[in-house]
Amino acid sequence: MNKWIAFITKRLFYMVLTLFLITTLTFFLMNLLPGTPYQNQAKLSPTEIQVLNEKYGLGQPLGQRYVTYMGNILHGDFGISLQFSDQKVTTLIGSRIGPSLQLGIQAMIFGTFVGIILGSIAAVRHNTWIDTFCSTFAIVGRSVPNFVVAVVLQFVFAVSLRMLPIGLWDGSFKYTILPTLALSLSPMADASRFIRTEMIEVLGSDHIEFARAKGMSELRLVFTHGLRNALIPLVVVIGPMTVSLMTGSLVIENIFAVPGIGEQFTKSILTNDYSTIMAVTVLFSFLLVFVLFLMDILYQLIDPRVRIGGMK
Amino acid sequence: MTDFAKIPDSLFRFREKKPTSEADTVAANQLTFAQDAFRRLKKNKAAVFSVVILILIVICAFLAPLLAPYNPNAQNVPFANLPPRIFGLPINGLNGFEKFRGEWVDQYALANVPAGQNYLFGTDAFGRDILSRLLYGTRISLTIAFVAALLDLTIGVLYGLFSAMKGGMTDNIMQRVLEVMNGIPSLVLVVLLLLVFHPGMLSIIFALAISSWIPMAWLVRAQALRLKNLEYVQAARAIGVSPVKIAFSHILPNMLSIIVIRAMFSIPSAIFFETFLSFIGVGMKIPNASIGTLLNDGYKVFRIHPTQMWIPAIVLCIIMLAFNLFADGLRDAFDPKMKD
Repeated sequence: MNKWIAFITKRLFYMVLTLFLITTLTFFLMNLLPGTPYQNQAKLSPTEIQVLNEKYGLGQPLGQRYVTYMGNILHGDFGISLQFSDQKVTTLIGSRIGPSLQLGIQAMIFGTFVGIILGSIAAVRHNTWIDTFCSTFAIVGRSVPNFVVAVVLQFVFAVSLRMLPIGLWDGSFKYTILPTLALSLSPMADASRFIRTEMIEVLGSDHIEFARAKGMSELRLVFTHGLRNALIPLVVVIGPMTVSLMTGSLVIENIFAVPGIGEQFTKSILTNDYSTIMAVTVLFSFLLVFVLFLMDILYQLIDPRVRIGGMK
Repeated sequence: MTDFAKIPDSLFRFREKKPTSEADTVAANQLTFAQDAFRRLKKNKAAVFSVVILILIVICAFLAPLLAPYNPNAQNVPFANLPPRIFGLPINGLNGFEKFRGEWVDQYALANVPAGQNYLFGTDAFGRDILSRLLYGTRISLTIAFVAALLDLTIGVLYGLFSAMKGGMTDNIMQRVLEVMNGIPSLVLVVLLLLVFHPGMLSIIFALAISSWIPMAWLVRAQALRLKNLEYVQAARAIGVSPVKIAFSHILPNMLSIIVIRAMFSIPSAIFFETFLSFIGVGMKIPNASIGTLLNDGYKVFRIHPTQMWIPAIVLCIIMLAFNLFADGLRDAFDPKMKD
């Protein structure tokens, strides 16, 4: 039990350290940025700029602004958006987390699920045309960028067949189908490749041979003995998957006009909206660090070989 | 019962000599590890095919100044948005005709393009030749990917080797640094760096390299730790070979295949990232073309002139596919049991 407390404290410490570093880094990089937030506005007189600078606290020295900023973040205050006048960044982003999270989770579940099925089928029918087909699918899924897939899906199902909405978002399920499909491609490819390699190894091991010799049905063999063991290492791909989903959300949300974090992020990058960029950066980093944290704990829980006691 | 000892010699004859089987000949001449791997690689049809395609694409891309029929940045507005015209090919869509309100219209005739002048892949919204832009764009995208992969390989290998060779406290600290850095999403890092430095080829290369060397460092460290304790390394240490020499001439060569494989996988991901960045508008700046900017330009007019997006998309997919297949082939050839 004590080991668990030590382990979790250590992980939490790294989490906080990472977040602190990324926030600091973002803050100072943001302040090195070329251009000012007023670039996209109509011509402003120096007095007006000075007034705005004071309003947003841009006139103070860097060090002082840094301290204020970090203090505010601790209170959950990311300041005011520089582009959408008088919008608090937290409300701006808060209203956009929902769609992004929904798409991300749907894509992850759907992608992993289909990936596991494809990978298992490929492993069970190792070295047959079915295996070749599933593996080819995985390689294509890994090679074709998701934004290309998104455009093709949009063209086929929304523009030509008119089966599904082209874009936008009203919260109903049909608006999520195409973006989810486009996003789920890379988790699908990753999962299927991973499960295939794992399954081939597991299915070749002695305990499977033994179960087969006892007369266990092939289906039960694959599901209860094979898949169960092959799934454990899949936990380690959750981290990279989260990263790829985050990256994907930037383009996919733009293509389907989903009012999510990714779309907001690209918008703020292109308009030099410092405070929003910083908030999204912190949010993304927090998400990743949190997922890595969960992943570590999950891995400790399910794989008896990496129990904490065995760690140095 | 026959007495076998009394069978006369005349009844015996020599058995016909069997042709030596393949297994015998292989056993006969010894193969080195690399030769063996190469033999396995050659058997992998997909990998061989990918190599051929890749070589062709790389040659085309780097000979872009010679091959490109037009100046890739020269605007020619009267000839804007022409569909592809491949001489003598009577397929609608590839012969200068484009569907307009349900009918096939000869766009070249409408724009008064001289009969001999063909744009194999059509022109973009500014009348620039897409084939030329694609050649130059592929060159830029590939350069970015190669240099970024090389850089991240160098950083990763040096970091991993140093960490493993030093060991102790240094190793511990260096690993904690890696752990912390691993929590920073590469997307965030790349975007931040690109915002600060003027977007362009160098900053993209730098940003990609900075954000992708961590897995390589982990891999190299793990391998170096394993090799470090083998007898031949201990022997080298015992006779007083310097640690630097041990690292570079005894340890590094023994994990070269693993490093090469890992680097081969990082090339397609660098290509993806470059196109991705250009697609969302923080990558290469106009008028320079990269595959990503071509995709972005094509996407804007996708509904009206779909070929402008299809062409760079297909080229991108071919490159990515070829790199992935080749890297897979390499991995299977060098170490059939190695997992990702």
